[in-house]
Amino acid sequence: MKKNILSINNLSVSFDYQENFLSKKQKIKAVNNINLNIKKGSFFGLVGESGSGKTTLGRAILGANKISSGNVIYHDDRKDYNLADITKKEMKEYRKKAQLIFQDPYAALSPRMTVRDIIAEPLEVMGITSSRDETDQRVRDIASKCRLNLEHLRRFPHAFSGGQRQRISIARALVSQPNFIVADESVAALDVSIQADILNLLKQLQDQLDLTYLFISHDLSVVAHVCDIVAVMYLGHIVEMAPSRELFSNPRHSYTKALLSSIPSIDPEKKSRAIELQGEIPSAMNPPSGCVFRTRCPNPCNSCKEGSVEMGLIEVSPGHWVDQCCVNCN
Amino acid sequence: MKHLLEINNLDVKFDTDEGRITAIENVSLSLDQGKVLGIVGESGSGKSVTAKSIMQLNPGNTIYNDNAEIIIDEENVLKYHSKNDLKKIRGGKVSMIFQEPMASFAPAIKIGHQMVEQLLLHKSLNKKEAKSISIDMLNRVGIADAEKRFNQYAFELSGGMRQRAMIAMALSTMPKLLLADEPTTALDVTIQAQVINLIKDIIKEYNMGVIFITHDLGVIAQVADDVAVMYLGSIVEKGPVNEILKNPKHPYTKGLLNALPDINNLDAPLRPIPGNIPSPLDRPSGCVFRTRCPNPTHECKEGHIEMGLLEVSPGHWVDQCCINCG
Repeated sequence: MKKNILSINNLSVSFDYQENFLSKKQKIKAVNNINLNIKKGSFFGLVGESGSGKTTLGRAILGANKISSGNVIYHDDRKDYNLADITKKEMKEYRKKAQLIFQDPYAALSPRMTVRDIIAEPLEVMGITSSRDETDQRVRDIASKCRLNLEHLRRFPHAFSGGQRQRISIARALVSQPNFIVADESVAALDVSIQADILNLLKQLQDQLDLTYLFISHDLSVVAHVCDIVAVMYLGHIVEMAPSRELFSNPRHSYTKALLSSIPSIDPEKKSRAIELQGEIPSAMNPPSGCVFRTRCPNPCNSCKEGSVEMGLIEVSPGHWVDQCCVNCN
Repeated sequence: MKHLLEINNLDVKFDTDEGRITAIENVSLSLDQGKVLGIVGESGSGKSVTAKSIMQLNPGNTIYNDNAEIIIDEENVLKYHSKNDLKKIRGGKVSMIFQEPMASFAPAIKIGHQMVEQLLLHKSLNKKEAKSISIDMLNRVGIADAEKRFNQYAFELSGGMRQRAMIAMALSTMPKLLLADEPTTALDVTIQAQVINLIKDIIKEYNMGVIFITHDLGVIAQVADDVAVMYLGSIVEKGPVNEILKNPKHPYTKGLLNALPDINNLDAPLRPIPGNIPSPLDRPSGCVFRTRCPNPTHECKEGHIEMGLLEVSPGHWVDQCCINCG
């Protein structure tokens, strides 16, 4: 049994919101009472529509968003880091262990720095290396692992295509030798062929460097291909979580089912119409009471419709967790 | 039978500081009423430039070749130069839906006003009639509270609703031809499914021709009747959607399909197409795909082979060079 690298307990993240300076301050709960464990060495997928809280959860795990309640604990070999209650010194150490790969490789790289400087910057900021030679060595090392041409290190980002830029971003994230990587929509901006290349690279680096990923994406076919466990988020809640094959072959939550049926099939003869969800994801400012999915559920039960059912995951088969309300709706 | 749209031998070049760039080379295609033609390809393959050429929306430094024809209703629109002539196609006979619905509405003008404005421009209506047509159209595309939305600004609508409003606006002038340039790319899958179903219903109802540009082969499989696959400004394969997706002949089409994660076949490895798409500034001579072809013939590698489509089975056209490459 592998050890957990990350445990999240009852995590909520909320933001203050004020319509204008006269109105009352409101709290928007972007992430609501999340519990999950990520095992070391896993490729953990997080899917959901825009506004479901995927990115906020990823950022909270990296300590980039303040945690409102609950905790996130990162388990290192020697020490545990509790992000809800972390000192500045510990935070500095934690940054070396957990890193982020961004979505847009065009926006993530400074146009005024050479590729070598971009990749070396984390080493210098974190004070990991002591001499320029050592920095260069580390940069060349990771660049070749990310299949970058070492001749290109002197160039500027504008000379590179989207796929190469994303490899530069990956090299930058990995240069401090982290164990845990949050990849936030890291292939969403790429063409299919380049996307396949980057996904293969992420897999390969995972084996080489013993990494754990939290892979955030809205593309279910990509997640199905690379992740070994997947959580589906809706309006700040995890509504279903299971090993990826189990989730994609036997989805239990009506939201997961609707998502899966919405993927356009590559087979022109299978012109099945998707299970159309009514309307759109409600605003997080004014979420439905009880089960958050009830306003769009194709088949809600009576007590769910009235909003009297509490949300919470229950285990329906080993490792397969579904929101308790929607187990009954189907 | 007359085609609704016919493009013959279209070359599009751009004059830039770095030299003359070939964006499109020798593109020919046709579209009938009531049909959907999908155009697929990676970024930089010339999909959008093709669509923009039809509307003549390309920038000022664009050069078209002399023998090119874009024929709509038996008239070559490339010969149109006056504002009045262009008005007949832009928003009149042809409408366009863009990828980013936020960028295609003016942010400081109410949606209703924008819809009415273009109706008044193209149809002889008074304001009242234009308003009722617009609201009717907003209802048609499934926007609840159409009257309220009519008086709102683009930022007050969600992404899916904005795209619906965009579709309503494009359709309100009853164009014969609809150009949809990545209309669902910026949307979530559940909203994408709604918008695709909407477009399919509308095509049937109004019997219009649609060019649907996307990089998503899944979307193509669901909406298109015919597909053209573009690479570096050239069509490398075209034909009925079933033929192209199930029996692809060109190595680029095969490569795209192999790189696509298929949810029904999770064990298949993802195989990227090796190499990068070359810069249009140094377009390979001969067959444009030869620098990335997995299995080029000797003559092709040298760049001696001319490009040109051959019909391999009824309606299925493949670039002549790559039939031999396998």
